[in-house]
Amino acid sequence: MRPREERDNPRDEKLSPPPAGHEGSGLTRDAGGGSRAPRRGGKGGGRGDRSMVPPADFRSYYGRPIVKPPVWHHDIAAYLFTGGLAAGSSLLAAGGDATGRPALRRAGRITALGALTASTYFLINDLGRPERFVNMLRVAKPTSPMSMGTWILSAFGAAAGAAAVAEAAPILPGRGVLGLARRLLPPVGTAGQYAAAAVAPALATYTAVLLADTATPSWHAAYPELPFVFAGSALASGAGVGLLAAPCDQAGPARRMAVCGAALELYGAHRVETTKGILSEPYRDGRAGRLLRAGRALTAIGVAGALLGRRSRVVSALSGLSLLTASVATRFGIFDGGVASAKDPKYTVLPQRERLAARAAAAANGGASGTDAKTTDVPEGSGSGGIGV
Amino acid sequence: MAGPNSLYGPLDPAPDAGYVDAPPRMGFFTDTSVCIGCKACEVACKEWNLVPDDGFNLLGTSYDNTGGLTANSWRHVAFIEQPAARSGHGTDTPGAFAGMPTGPSASAHTAVVAAGTAQDTGTSPGVPAAPDALAAAATIKAPGTGTQFLGMPGSDLPGRTMDAPRSDFRWLMMSNVCKHCTHAGCLDVCPTGALFRTEFGTVVVQEDVCNGCGYCIPACPYGVIDQRKDDGRAWKCTLCYDRIGDGLTPACAKACPTESIQFGELDELRARAAHRLEKLHEQGVEEARLYGHDPDDGVGGDGAFFLLLDEPEVYGLPPDPVVTTRDLPAMWKRAGVAALAMAATIVVSFAGRRR
Repeated sequence: MRPREERDNPRDEKLSPPPAGHEGSGLTRDAGGGSRAPRRGGKGGGRGDRSMVPPADFRSYYGRPIVKPPVWHHDIAAYLFTGGLAAGSSLLAAGGDATGRPALRRAGRITALGALTASTYFLINDLGRPERFVNMLRVAKPTSPMSMGTWILSAFGAAAGAAAVAEAAPILPGRGVLGLARRLLPPVGTAGQYAAAAVAPALATYTAVLLADTATPSWHAAYPELPFVFAGSALASGAGVGLLAAPCDQAGPARRMAVCGAALELYGAHRVETTKGILSEPYRDGRAGRLLRAGRALTAIGVAGALLGRRSRVVSALSGLSLLTASVATRFGIFDGGVASAKDPKYTVLPQRERLAARAAAAANGGASGTDAKTTDVPEGSGSGGIGV
Repeated sequence: MAGPNSLYGPLDPAPDAGYVDAPPRMGFFTDTSVCIGCKACEVACKEWNLVPDDGFNLLGTSYDNTGGLTANSWRHVAFIEQPAARSGHGTDTPGAFAGMPTGPSASAHTAVVAAGTAQDTGTSPGVPAAPDALAAAATIKAPGTGTQFLGMPGSDLPGRTMDAPRSDFRWLMMSNVCKHCTHAGCLDVCPTGALFRTEFGTVVVQEDVCNGCGYCIPACPYGVIDQRKDDGRAWKCTLCYDRIGDGLTPACAKACPTESIQFGELDELRARAAHRLEKLHEQGVEEARLYGHDPDDGVGGDGAFFLLLDEPEVYGLPPDPVVTTRDLPAMWKRAGVAALAMAATIVVSFAGRRR
């Protein structure tokens, strides 16, 4: 594979260090610092037929990362799951209530509130200054997915909270102030439940924009599919709650939710893991790769169990558990993949080199089409990887 | 306020941010071809801005013991050691150093060469460069033969011992800093409004507002802004907002002894940089190139731009940075489609037959 790549990219010579051992040179290539050390670009990149195969070698500043890896801890990965779970279960609750399935409604509402509480904890705990979390509410900024997310989560929280509290109505006494609450809560809860369900899809998908709207190479590159991964994962985890909590005769919609959610998630994850060239690598290698593979396997098991075990409460519950675990694994896998891509400068440099080369080639071929062609800063013959072939 | 280029493309950032009658955009032009690696900029920055130390580490990366731009290093001098003949494009030709001395860096032989190449300064005392220096050199005793290096400092005069052969080694030194992008990813994604655009077109963190969410850190395409570990908040170069408001030069530029760091109105700096580049090319420094000066680049041009002598990635800079929010409208659209898919899934799941 490699020789072919190099044949296809003669400009590699420009990027790769010349042979060591230059006469009279006091510096060998290695002594010249990490800046000259060649870095091999990945294990073949998986798809030899792609024109996007980046050059194999590049130079970096002592191998240091260029973009900074996120400083977020796994709190944020956990929030990706709990946020999705809250969204998925509130949709489950709304559907269950609308179609007369009380078990789905109850489980959905209570899980949504629990997941929301956990989400809030994770988000605030991850702040460098947790006591200043209210500063999030100073502004509403469409260019900041985190700001939008704060408002989405706040709206969802109020609605889902009301819906969950309304579940306590039957245990309240029939008289007095609490009796009034007992009568008022159910309609308030229903309104809250539908409001939460209306916000839920936004809650489940904005987190994909949150990750993609960074310079973290593999997150940003995945922006077209990441919302589908997260939407699918949220649906699957909501379905998991339904399968765990509802008796078999009420769990039918949860099974269909599981199938659709898994399909969305698997489609998205497959695209993310295969179509991003070198930027798919971090999702296949290391811990991220293991987590995503585990997530895929558990999703498949969960869906199979949900479909085949429709008469067995135990099999259904196990499938639900499997789907929930799959969602956790997928979220942590996506999170870790992005972090890994930020830590290795090759994921920053190689795609950008490729972009420059393509632009220079377009400018050389067409000339007229290159409105955004940036060639002015490239002195003749010094083309920054630019004299593409 | 929000124009068609608010997210991407050429723009004057201060008016776009809502300033009326904004002063000219200010910035840095860092000319690395005259940087001597003294790190005065790093020190001046720390002293003026009261930036804590970054640990006192020996990193083993040439003279760079700072490591990079962090919350506690708002200027960072990069040191790159490389064989000059292989440095960049255009000098890969054999014989780039033809005619240059190949002996030790200071010897009688190189003295002869130097004597013949010195410029006429017009103040010659009338003594011609020794024409018989070579003969004189021959009289210099050859380096002692019976001695052995025992790990102690030599006691001989410089130039009289044969040590390392002359190499084609060169230094690259660059003082890196926040780029104060026209389209600043950090500023776009900040959820609290702690990061803001100043009237000078620079980007500054308000430390009393920042709650340490950390979103700006992965959003920066240059990896500049960073979280201070014991403090939790994000910190970066302010382009000495407190100084330039009073008409002062930022601390680093003030301290720079070679004017490698130049501060001024961005338009003027760009013109100056173009002139300098032209001059360097005239002098045969083919590998000189500007970085971040172009308003048509992925971040709409940097407020702090550079003249480099090699590819950007050699200095730890991204070769073609693009502000991540350029794609934000497309991202929200995709998220919207995914959200609709979710809603449709729920409808389909619950609309099925009752069982």
